[in-house]
Amino acid sequence: MTTRAIVIGGGLHGTSTALHLAQKGLDVVVIEKNSAGRHASGVNAGGVRQLRRHPAEIPLSVAAMDRWLNLDAFLGPDLAAMCEFTGHVGQVAVAETDAEMAGLVAREAELRELGWTHEELLDQAELRRVAPALATHCVGGLISRRDGHASPYRTSQAFRLKAQRDGVRFQEGTRVRGLAQTGTGWRVETSAGGIEGDVVVNCGGAWGWQVAAMVGEALPHIEFAPTMMVSARVPKFLDPVVIGTGRKLSFKQTENGTVVIGGGILGIPDLDAETADPVAERLVESARTVYDLFPIMRTATIVRCWAGLEARMPDEIPVIGPSTTAANLWHAFGYSGHGFQLSPIVGSLLADLIVDGKSPLPLEAFRAGRFNEGPVAAHPGTAS
Amino acid sequence: MMRTSCELAIIGGGPAGMAAAALAATLGVDTIVLDEQRAPGGQIYRAIETVQARRTDDLRILGEEYAEGAALAASFRASGAAYEPDSTVWQALEDGRIGVSCGGVAHMVSAQRILFATGAMERPVPIPGWTLPGVMGAGAAQTLLKASGMVPNVPVVIIGTGPLIYLIAVQFARAGVPIAAVLVTAPEIGMTDALKVLPGVLRAGRSLLKGLAWRSELRSVGVQMVHGVSQPMVEGSSRAEAVCYTQGGLQHRLEAGLVLLHNGVIPNTQLSLGVRCKQTWDAGQHCWRPLTDDWGATNHARIAVAGDGAGILGARAAANLGRLAALDTAVRLGKLDLARRDRMAIEDRVELAQQHALRAVLDKLFPPAADLLAPVGADDIVCRCEEITVAELQDAVAQGCTDANRVKAFTRCGMGPCQGRMCGAAAAEVIARALGQTADQPGQFRVRLPVRPVPVAELARLQS
Repeated sequence: MTTRAIVIGGGLHGTSTALHLAQKGLDVVVIEKNSAGRHASGVNAGGVRQLRRHPAEIPLSVAAMDRWLNLDAFLGPDLAAMCEFTGHVGQVAVAETDAEMAGLVAREAELRELGWTHEELLDQAELRRVAPALATHCVGGLISRRDGHASPYRTSQAFRLKAQRDGVRFQEGTRVRGLAQTGTGWRVETSAGGIEGDVVVNCGGAWGWQVAAMVGEALPHIEFAPTMMVSARVPKFLDPVVIGTGRKLSFKQTENGTVVIGGGILGIPDLDAETADPVAERLVESARTVYDLFPIMRTATIVRCWAGLEARMPDEIPVIGPSTTAANLWHAFGYSGHGFQLSPIVGSLLADLIVDGKSPLPLEAFRAGRFNEGPVAAHPGTAS
Repeated sequence: MMRTSCELAIIGGGPAGMAAAALAATLGVDTIVLDEQRAPGGQIYRAIETVQARRTDDLRILGEEYAEGAALAASFRASGAAYEPDSTVWQALEDGRIGVSCGGVAHMVSAQRILFATGAMERPVPIPGWTLPGVMGAGAAQTLLKASGMVPNVPVVIIGTGPLIYLIAVQFARAGVPIAAVLVTAPEIGMTDALKVLPGVLRAGRSLLKGLAWRSELRSVGVQMVHGVSQPMVEGSSRAEAVCYTQGGLQHRLEAGLVLLHNGVIPNTQLSLGVRCKQTWDAGQHCWRPLTDDWGATNHARIAVAGDGAGILGARAAANLGRLAALDTAVRLGKLDLARRDRMAIEDRVELAQQHALRAVLDKLFPPAADLLAPVGADDIVCRCEEITVAELQDAVAQGCTDANRVKAFTRCGMGPCQGRMCGAAAAEVIARALGQTADQPGQFRVRLPVRPVPVAELARLQS
């Protein structure tokens, strides 16, 4: 009999995991309480970034980048085009002061020590060449040249369509109410009735901890609501994505000329109402940063702001791996605001882990049990 | 410098806002009116003070309904309510805070209660060619006439339906505008049709007679009126040159220098949507409106809505509703007891009942034209900000994006500076047609901060 996997959560990670499991021959059902890609997967800033990753995420991020750059082969040309992915424009961390530059120098040295070379230092002249619109006080930067950006919602839909083509069934508008073990498998109670499966994968995003709690597994939950704002169209002035070093900023100009500004300004999350609201007063900081760093933007207008709902872990890296309390239950959530780029690879690694019992890339750092082993903390020099 | 707190903040200085402010201030409520315009009046009574004082010719052109606004403006001015003209509200929050821009500076104003008196907007008419220069809303053209006496001097074709279309035509005719034709999508309404809604007609008699009088005034000055028009479209390479339409089974073409479109008015709901006031579908008027009780209160304790922004009832009813909302606000602020509120409401309630009866007749006689709600051609533009076509929306639906917000996220339709104000209804119509649904089923676009665009420089200096 075919093994059945039930994936909880139809975001990008749930969808990617589902389609990789289906490619391995499993019968896969995705249970999604809203619609696929409704929350963080569809409304994030769309950065496809290897730059300034936590060391444990780097192997995953680099492998993910290979997949982003080969979306055609993976999704087929029509769905690849749907993602509106632009690579090789680079993501640049910009230093406004010598002290910030010293931090970037240390980061580059740390990476070289670890054997990675995809982050390169830029002096002031090179920075100017890469991003001529940056204010002249910027002293230098750190670039990852293969990086770029994609349309998050369209990507989530392209992955959903690919998963459906590969046989995955989506039950949207269906809420998980409970999980019960049945011998070695599971019965998932939902708002649309019960469904049985051999394996359950929890890709519940901001609600992932609630799924874990259904089997008595206490995982950290810090829900947060990163805020984005977007400008009216501005004539093209910038190719790379620029991120702040001393200040909260993620800044990119999309193909249609609009500028998407994010970088960690937080809105107010409402997990129960399943929405999040940006806060105008908090966006002042973002607007000031943009005002200071991109003089060309001073006359631009902000036309829309929004906030996404996401789960953050205390050490700002996700939980990926088996449940600590129940067999045949797997977790993959808590990407702490930077899971978008990782989605093509994590789904694949998780499918390998579940079906073959081992992942080709190390996932040890992401184990769910780490929070019981002592204090955890974010790695210095990484971007959230 | 704008004050940063008040008991009642009223957004909009039209009939509902002026009437609410005048009464609230009289009841001792510390009131501020935030208004996008230069002077009180709203869209309906725009520039009423200067027209009455200095532009008497325009007063004759605009007619007696318009002149009714003068008394309202005068009582508002005399009431002691604070007035902040040229102020654009870009956010209103459940807790009573308001983001507003005035003179290039953004502020946060904190109010104990907020009244949205944001009025109506023209229902967008996205027929083929609607984005060409030389095509505009008939109401927008009327606004220019009111604000500055500015009228077109090229051949004008007015297309659409609704009671206002005859009024606007009459006003332009009086102002000497060369009207090439009034193309009405509805069949000509005769006595027989009016008799079908007889009880309402009797109650609404005076207003309906006025409508008939407008039509004979147009005929007497030789304006061509064509009824039963369908499938209108605007032709032109770089600007509007002609209008094509079908009537009596035949294709017609008419040269036009300016094309004015009208398909009735709908509530301006952006602020109430932005703060997630519960909305309800008004099947009679084929539009969404915020859900309110008899006093204009919404599901948010601090927020009320009055006037056409809560459902189209016209200017007189807007003033009634504004006063009712002011009375309720005074109660909630402890300045009035319930018994007195109810006593003081009697007169407005009687007038409101009459306006409801009139509106029921008008809604029956002038349903929106289905032809004008959304285009059908694959390449026709639905969202002018993002240049999204019918085909792109249909493709999104085909890919499994089966509600308005999924289609928005997939196509960018409604993500531009107007946040779907101009395309939301049409997009929902296209989606509903593709799915075999009614127009309410795809839902409404979510509206996000800021409801009106805010310059980066202003946000960077927001005073809070």
